[in-house]
Amino acid sequence: MSFLELKDLRIHFPTDDGLVKSVDGLSFTLERGKTLGIVGESGSGKSVTSLGILGLHKGGRARISGEIWLDGEELVGASQEHVRTLRGKKMAMIFQDPLSAMHPFYTVGDQIIEAYRIHNDVSKKVARKHAIDMLGRVGIPQPERRVDSYPHEFSGGMRQRAMIAMALSCDPELLIADEPTTALDVTVQAQILDLMRDLQRDFNAALIIITHDLGVVAELSDDILVMYGGKCVEYGTSDDIFERPEHPYTWGLLGSMPRLDREPTERLMPIKGSPPSLINVPSGCAFHPRCAFEERTGGRAATQVPELLETEGGHLVRCHLPRERRRAIWENEIKPNLEAS
Amino acid sequence: MVTYIIRRLIWAFVMLTIVSIVTFAIFFLVPRLAGATSESLAARYVGRTASAEQVKIAAEKLGFNDPLVVQYGRFAKGIVAGADYDYGPGVEHCPAPCFGYSFLTRLPVWPDLMDRLPVTISLAIGAAVIWVIAGVATGVLSALKRGSVFDRAAMSVALAGVSLPIFFTGIVSLVVFSYGTPFRITAPGGSFTPFDENPAMWAYNLILPWITLAFLYAAGYARLTRAGMLETMNEDYIRTARAKGLNERTVVVKHGLRGALTPILTIFGLDLGLLLGGAVLTESTYSLPGMGKYAIDAILAQDLPKVMGVTLVAAFFVVFANLIVDLLYAVVDPRVRLG
Repeated sequence: MSFLELKDLRIHFPTDDGLVKSVDGLSFTLERGKTLGIVGESGSGKSVTSLGILGLHKGGRARISGEIWLDGEELVGASQEHVRTLRGKKMAMIFQDPLSAMHPFYTVGDQIIEAYRIHNDVSKKVARKHAIDMLGRVGIPQPERRVDSYPHEFSGGMRQRAMIAMALSCDPELLIADEPTTALDVTVQAQILDLMRDLQRDFNAALIIITHDLGVVAELSDDILVMYGGKCVEYGTSDDIFERPEHPYTWGLLGSMPRLDREPTERLMPIKGSPPSLINVPSGCAFHPRCAFEERTGGRAATQVPELLETEGGHLVRCHLPRERRRAIWENEIKPNLEAS
Repeated sequence: MVTYIIRRLIWAFVMLTIVSIVTFAIFFLVPRLAGATSESLAARYVGRTASAEQVKIAAEKLGFNDPLVVQYGRFAKGIVAGADYDYGPGVEHCPAPCFGYSFLTRLPVWPDLMDRLPVTISLAIGAAVIWVIAGVATGVLSALKRGSVFDRAAMSVALAGVSLPIFFTGIVSLVVFSYGTPFRITAPGGSFTPFDENPAMWAYNLILPWITLAFLYAAGYARLTRAGMLETMNEDYIRTARAKGLNERTVVVKHGLRGALTPILTIFGLDLGLLLGGAVLTESTYSLPGMGKYAIDAILAQDLPKVMGVTLVAAFFVVFANLIVDLLYAVVDPRVRLG
């Protein structure tokens, strides 16, 4: 059995306006030491998935079904108290904006010490020593001095490093990073990504990177899962997604990614329209209203929900277009445009 | 930090001086603008039977014929060095700090105030402890159970609490809990036992005024805490705290409540400062011999020196509380830089 396995996970939120199907039948597996990138626009269900794995949705508000297996334990049906003891210890999370994700009134050191002492019965002194070690490990200079600083006294990059130190303080086996670089300067982004790659190797943790930035997952991921409207639309190795993408939405994401190797005069190719409402998900394929190739499915796109099917060697695609036609479109219509320069 | 404190202390002193000038002006300048003469001012100090000649002498001796600036100077000097009041038939000495001399009771005001102060402090501190605990706890629970029956009931009671005046709730409480009913838990008002004499009696005599006064304030604190908690519990750092694996109680108290505490502390400092100057309605309702009661009695008796003394001492507490709150800000919120 895999280290982490999601089976048909559904996370729905009943609201006054209707049922919000944030995650609707998501399955994937992840091994220790491997990195999975989950990519999608805002509202595609990426963050809800990660919070669901950690059990951070309030039981009263979210309806969760399906299975989450972590190292042989099922989490959806487990007691909240049991999942709480796993949080921070077995699975930890790095959040998007480290300034708002850290408590403004406690020092960075206190917050790491707190995280460490929840799961380790040690004295404050030992925990403080550990916090300083961790800060040093994530590349914060003079950690024995910075441990007593408040979050607002750190730069954005340093804060994210401290956040990573906090998440790693209990040596988690699963680390989920939710848009870890989105709030940072570009120059700092690369440093943080490097740091995460190094640390993952050291800790041999399973890593899930959630992002809307394909550049980030290209750096780090072994596998990539593309989400749209709460569902997985394409899943494959990093090579599959970047070299042989088959889903029109993935093509759209690739086309809207700025690249240095293109002519500056060339326009980006954004995906038309906006992400779907999760209450009234479009009939059939959720992406069909925005899909440039919708008419080539012979009307099925609007009526029938496509299955997530294997195209070859673990590469999964959810699309009505026949495999050969997808490949032909990619080779003849999309790829030349992306490499136009 | 130290220079900031010194600067604030100097500023507090300036504030108090201004307050004393304004107070002085209210009592000695405004009546003149309304047509009062030196003699009519002096008449208050010599009794109704005095002849016109006696009043004239008193006015001269009390200095009402001097320019106002000189009169204020004399008053300010009295606070520092004490003063002698020569009203004709004799001389009354008022030792420093002289906040005025009551010719009605033939006593300096300051020692009177110092007698009353323990009552007011006992009332204010005791009530403050109750209202902070009750108000904050109610606010937190209401926020966590937003929309529940408890929340609605608590917020309705809180609305009643801020709306109902002390002279209503106080009298109701006296009728129900004090005047010989089966629910009797305390003696009728009017008695005060110093804490160092008998702590149990001290608390027994004060429990009703404490609760009545606390009810008024707790209501506001509950609403304030509830609003603050609703805001902080949605902050990202609360999610982080949960992601660490903290239990819910620690998340709520150590992370949530801590984040909501700053405005509560601010209001608390100001409320307490104001109360220390005399809880006028509460003390009157329960006949507690505190500064508020003293002020009311003095106003009713038109005993101006007393009113002036109470005003100044009350102003001192407000200015002092402001100072403390400002300094505490930096302690409560490390992002605040004093300077």
